[in-house]
Amino acid sequence: MRVLATTIIALRALRRNKLRSALTALGIIIGVGAVITMVSIGNGAKAQVEAQVASLGRNVVTVLPGSATTSGARGGQGSSNTLTVDDADAIRREVAGAVAVSPEVRQGWQVIGNGLNWRTSVHGVSPEFTAIRAWPLAEGRLFTDAEVRSAAKVAVIGSTVAKQLFPDVDPVGQTLRINNVPFQVLGVLTSKGFNFFGQDQDDCVHLPYTSFMSRVFRWRNTVNNIIVEAPSAAAMPRLQQEITDLLQQRRGGREPDFTVRNQLELAQTATETSRTMTALLGAIAGVSLLVGGIGIMNIMLVSVTERTREIGIRLAIGAHDRDIRLQFLIEAMILSMLGGAIGVLCGVGLAQTLSNLNGWPVLVSTSSITLAVGFSAFVGVAFGFYPAHKAAKLDPIDALRFE
Amino acid sequence: MSSPVVQLRDIRRTYISGELEVHAVRGISLDIHVGEFIAIMGASGSGKSTLMNTLGCLDRPTSGTYLLDGVNVADLDREARADLRNQKLGFVFQGFNLLPRTSALENVELPMLYAHRRVSASEMRRRAMAALEIVGLAQRADHLPSQLSGGQQQRVAIARALVNEPRLLLADEPTGNLDSKTSVEVMGVFQRLNEQGITIVMVTHELDIAQYCKRILVVRDGLVVRDEPVAGRLIASEELKKLLGAEAAAQLTSAPFGAK
Repeated sequence: MRVLATTIIALRALRRNKLRSALTALGIIIGVGAVITMVSIGNGAKAQVEAQVASLGRNVVTVLPGSATTSGARGGQGSSNTLTVDDADAIRREVAGAVAVSPEVRQGWQVIGNGLNWRTSVHGVSPEFTAIRAWPLAEGRLFTDAEVRSAAKVAVIGSTVAKQLFPDVDPVGQTLRINNVPFQVLGVLTSKGFNFFGQDQDDCVHLPYTSFMSRVFRWRNTVNNIIVEAPSAAAMPRLQQEITDLLQQRRGGREPDFTVRNQLELAQTATETSRTMTALLGAIAGVSLLVGGIGIMNIMLVSVTERTREIGIRLAIGAHDRDIRLQFLIEAMILSMLGGAIGVLCGVGLAQTLSNLNGWPVLVSTSSITLAVGFSAFVGVAFGFYPAHKAAKLDPIDALRFE
Repeated sequence: MSSPVVQLRDIRRTYISGELEVHAVRGISLDIHVGEFIAIMGASGSGKSTLMNTLGCLDRPTSGTYLLDGVNVADLDREARADLRNQKLGFVFQGFNLLPRTSALENVELPMLYAHRRVSASEMRRRAMAALEIVGLAQRADHLPSQLSGGQQQRVAIARALVNEPRLLLADEPTGNLDSKTSVEVMGVFQRLNEQGITIVMVTHELDIAQYCKRILVVRDGLVVRDEPVAGRLIASEELKKLLGAEAAAQLTSAPFGAK
């Protein structure tokens, strides 16, 4: 093979047909660019949904009370008051797979501090909740187990509450009054933003559950739910079962008055949504690829047909069939590589621009680049090569006569 | 005399056109020696183009032997014939067949790019310039075909045919697309080349063009019906002088009327 000489021939042929070369490359640029942009937006959205799911905490198993029936009216899930702090302690004590356990009690309340007031959600929890919810503190410190035991009047607050009550002072060390009981602010939680139900997760105050139950509200021993962290996602179903068994055992033969859910179930719904979206965007990308591919195919077929006479001249002058094939292969490869590279730049650039303009999250993935470039290059080379292969087999006399 | 460049023995070429057999060439035997300058003449359909394509190794005879430089072309496959065309034959076509949008120099370099022996870029350029020099177009090396006149394009084509120093130059109606004056100029190029020892075979249907050659073959119905040396051979440089003189005279006579 006269590769070097043929490369020179191919480069000369590309150079002398600048417009045609540019159009061919443009087909590839558009195909590659469109796919990368589409998939990047889709991946960005998917990543955002996944981040929201992750913000709920890692590998969380939630125990909810069952339904209570009052005078024949069934109250629905979570309406009974049968889940207790003792249940939480039992899980902590007896379930080996429970990495961290926290009971949760909640009450919406008007809180007062720094001369301002704000209605927020007051939570009673154990210090483990930050680990379970994957929710570190932005500043200050968390309350300790000792403070839980002594039902200390301390709190950590969400960033929204910090903003509303302490807009111009450092909230750490300030005093907060809940139901006329003063609480010292120990720390501020990092901002989690909205969850995908649209609730502001930062609009909250967290107290030790003991303080919540004994100092602020006249609360019995019951809790709204218990959250338990599993060591891994895979361990969640097993942990779920162990908790169910333990609580059932503690209730003897009574009908179960609780439900144990794991986060996977929730995550699955969310992932399902993002998967649908990815599939949709993938379909759009597929259509762009197809259209781009047809464009490339057309211009390649037309250009080779148009050059039949040129092929005839080359054959008459002494080119072998394989010289012709190699020339067209090299031409198609150069155009595909060039178009592919520019297409990648355009696609990534467009994705970034859209992201900056609209605040859409975008995620450029290597796989989409590989797919787009690979497919376009394949189409370009296949449809540049096949007609050239046919033309190279022509009788030079016929090819020369071709008009 | 040395052994002939071309030896044709009983060459026959039959095409199958539908159910009909067309006998384009029906037994031509021919020797062409070094330094000959042959015109093949004949009406269309006489078989002269088939004979030319056979000589050019573009077509293979149905039967008979064709020895080019002692090699039997009929035995060679497609690729070997391509190499033969590249190394031993030079082609000049009626329609010039230059690559469009490609400079004269690059057009002339083309056969060297397909040569078996690698030629360096500088050597390629030097040889292409030398070939353009021979046809008197060295100063137009960077012109595109569209910037050249028909006669100049044909001279570029001749330079391309010469660049690999072929044993045989084949020209298929090289003046067919040219006016009479340019035709004479092109024939002048051929005559100069022939004087330098290059063997030329050309097809033409114009008798006055054939008069510039040394030997005329007339083909009819697939056979050579006449094979004779040219009597009263024309010399292109002299004819050109006559033409220019006539032109000048025409201008002189028309001058009083203020045409120019």
